[in-house]
Amino acid sequence: MVKTNGTVKNNGFIEDRYEIRLSGSGGQGLITAGVILAEAISVGDGKNAVHTQSYGPEARGGMARCDVIVSTEEIYFPEATKLDLLLALTQKSSDEYTKLLKDKGILIIDANYVKHKPERPYVAVPFVEATKEKLGLVVATNVVCLGFITQYAKIVSKKSMEYYLAERFPKKFEESNLKALRLGYDLAKEAETGGRFDIKVEESYETEIDRL
Amino acid sequence: MAKKPEIKGTAQFLQGNEAVVEAAIAAGCSFFAGYPITPSTEIAEGCAEKLPLVGGAFIQMEDEIASIAAIIGASLAGAKAMTATSGPGFSLMQENLGFAYIAEVPIVITNVMRGGPSTGLPTKVSQSDVMQARWGTHGDYTPIVITPSSVQEVFDLTIHAFNCSEMLNTPVILLLDEILGHMRERIIIPDTEDIKIENRKYPSVPPEFYKPYSNTPSKVSEFVAFGEGYRYNVTGLTHDEFGFPTSVPGEVEQMLTKLRRKIHTHRKEVILYEEEYMEDATYAVISYGTSARAAMSAVRKARAHGVKAGLLKLKTIWPFPGRKVYQIASSVKGILVAEMNMGQMIREVDRYAMGQCKVAGAFRYDGLVIEPDEIYEKLLELRATK
Amino acid sequence: MELEALSPQHDYLRIQKKFPTVWCPGCGIGTVMSAIIRAIHELGINKNNIALISGIGCSSRMPIYVDFNTLHTTHGRALPFATGIKMVRPDMKVIVVSGDGDALAIGGNHFIHACRRNIDISMILINNYIYGMTGGQVSPTTPLNSYAHTAPYGSIDPPFDAVNLASSAGATYVARGTTYHIVQTSKYIKKSLEHKGFSMVEVISQCPVLYGRLNDYKTAVKMLYRQKEQAVMLKAWEKLSPEERVDKYPIGEFVENTDRQEYTKTYAELSKQVREEATNGKD
Repeated sequence: MVKTNGTVKNNGFIEDRYEIRLSGSGGQGLITAGVILAEAISVGDGKNAVHTQSYGPEARGGMARCDVIVSTEEIYFPEATKLDLLLALTQKSSDEYTKLLKDKGILIIDANYVKHKPERPYVAVPFVEATKEKLGLVVATNVVCLGFITQYAKIVSKKSMEYYLAERFPKKFEESNLKALRLGYDLAKEAETGGRFDIKVEESYETEIDRL
Repeated sequence: MAKKPEIKGTAQFLQGNEAVVEAAIAAGCSFFAGYPITPSTEIAEGCAEKLPLVGGAFIQMEDEIASIAAIIGASLAGAKAMTATSGPGFSLMQENLGFAYIAEVPIVITNVMRGGPSTGLPTKVSQSDVMQARWGTHGDYTPIVITPSSVQEVFDLTIHAFNCSEMLNTPVILLLDEILGHMRERIIIPDTEDIKIENRKYPSVPPEFYKPYSNTPSKVSEFVAFGEGYRYNVTGLTHDEFGFPTSVPGEVEQMLTKLRRKIHTHRKEVILYEEEYMEDATYAVISYGTSARAAMSAVRKARAHGVKAGLLKLKTIWPFPGRKVYQIASSVKGILVAEMNMGQMIREVDRYAMGQCKVAGAFRYDGLVIEPDEIYEKLLELRATK
Repeated sequence: MELEALSPQHDYLRIQKKFPTVWCPGCGIGTVMSAIIRAIHELGINKNNIALISGIGCSSRMPIYVDFNTLHTTHGRALPFATGIKMVRPDMKVIVVSGDGDALAIGGNHFIHACRRNIDISMILINNYIYGMTGGQVSPTTPLNSYAHTAPYGSIDPPFDAVNLASSAGATYVARGTTYHIVQTSKYIKKSLEHKGFSMVEVISQCPVLYGRLNDYKTAVKMLYRQKEQAVMLKAWEKLSPEERVDKYPIGEFVENTDRQEYTKTYAELSKQVREEATNGKD
């Protein structure tokens, strides 16, 4: 199960971790999105997941991020240091955190808000634009991102994701949230098939999730 | 981080701060008074929502001084009571915290640590209130301070905090840090019948023979709430066994000794810690709270590289498990203390190591969480030093 | 035993335990303590059901002498302690005894917020214009130009008017009496104990040993005469011109509002409502 990492041989002490960071600006709902993702993975799918968040003093605006660490074993250190998946919705978060990605880590950026594209493989998706266009409101962007990650990274089962998304919000939002989630699935399918998105993938590779 | 025995219960995905609320209610807490402060506010919010549902009460006071005063009043009126705050609020609470020590009132204070001094770093992590929790209010007293390191431990140790305070008629401080307060993990909330709850001892004598501060062999007095027919006096002045002010030297000494002894005679019940990979360890890392999680990763990395490292994770930092540290110091070559401050717990470790081995620290105090690799590097440095 | 036969007062005092009191000869605090006891006796409230809470200062020593559930807290904090007790035991009669420094300086914030909440606490504010326990320093009610040990050249700080402060902060029963007009004052205290909501009775008292000595009222009798001269019943006060009001203050009942609901009652109703909604499964 555990991969050997450089010179260190696996002798039962190397932690098996998959590290996700969702980053953007405060108020985009990414911290809540991370909570749902982690809850679906941990309570829903029965793996271990830890969610931590980092934010500035502002309730809106400012940089906000959250980390979700996934493992089949106990998780000790709760924050991400070497990312397997990074979602960056703003230029600042893309610039800041891209360097933390593993070589084969997945980078998902917002196609419009991250203008200076990073010098490495990435998937650029117009999350905000698509949400506005298809659903008529921007507030569901975080749920669209969740849908995208669910479909694209295959870290979490759709069943758990749909269940815990519905549970987090009042019942009246259930339908609109599900719609947003499905929009995310669709965007990811387009990305997988090399659709209309700005994608820079050097080679296709197995996502690290396969080892979980 | 030993394997927990399987307990029946319900799995929930909770934040550290939310787990404090759930555990407090499970422990029988029915009163909360507080004042909003980052990063502890979720505890007040949770109590505001949940306490009326279980027949308890919540009140938002005008400041932290009033918040702790209100919970002391509530406890004297018979309720298990709690407040929650962070550094600046904890500083304001020191005055009445001292009152609760001398008047022997069971209360629980949660301090979700952030960076200081003063307003410091409201949204960033720190463990720099360790010594404030020990020596914050003036005078001689023996505090109980508890430091969980996972959301499950937050739940379990919040219950432990209430139990200690009820068992020993004393304030208990639950020290979380910003990361733990906001971190979410799956936890198992045990079924009600599986949770062990302690309650204050009701008097075994009628009112005319009742002494609220009776100097029993265990130094713990029977404690009855206001309004039960036992009319007595509670004061912040040094007092006799009846609760009346005194400055007679013998009585003063007896009262102060009682405050200390009642904690020390119950050390075994109060002090909790966990050891990992310590059986054959030649280097020990001592840590607590979120730092202990990074320390555990570092210890495992060291083991993977053939360094025989072990971890002592403290769950109760005050009273300090000095005997354990002394014993570890006698069997290892070096101790590394990992904490998110400029070196507070290390003073105590150093004191109890008594020169038997090398003692060094891995400190971080820039508002970010201490990382496993930093601790690992320090461990290698410690190993390399003579 | 003979003492007890003299007056019902002694049933309410810890007379075998803690007497004599710390109060100086001529002090007015004992007079107020008697007035409180008389009011409780007349109302027939069970001693077990009374919590008497104080802060720090001369007047705040009262809990030690009276046979109730008594709590002698930290400086200025009696009201928040009392708030906690009242929230948990709304059935208990909660009385706070405080001094001018305790209630209006260090405890000023707690004072206005207790008024604002209208929580059912009877506050008896004994105002002797000075910090007595620490030896005669200027207080928030020390009159302008009066002397104190921290105002050796006369006080330049304008004093607070506790009645106006309580009224505007939202207290629902506010009265002022003096230790000279003690019969009337007892009546106000009794009404305050019967009132449902936050009540404040300010009692102007004498400190002959410190305030009096520093300001040329060397005996308690002289100070009581001064109260007689200065205190004017509210009705008469309203007819006085501004010039006539100089060096005088009104006494009487200033606020008596029974319309505003008491805080713990409101909380109990709210609590009942949310529990019902929760069991009925509403969002």
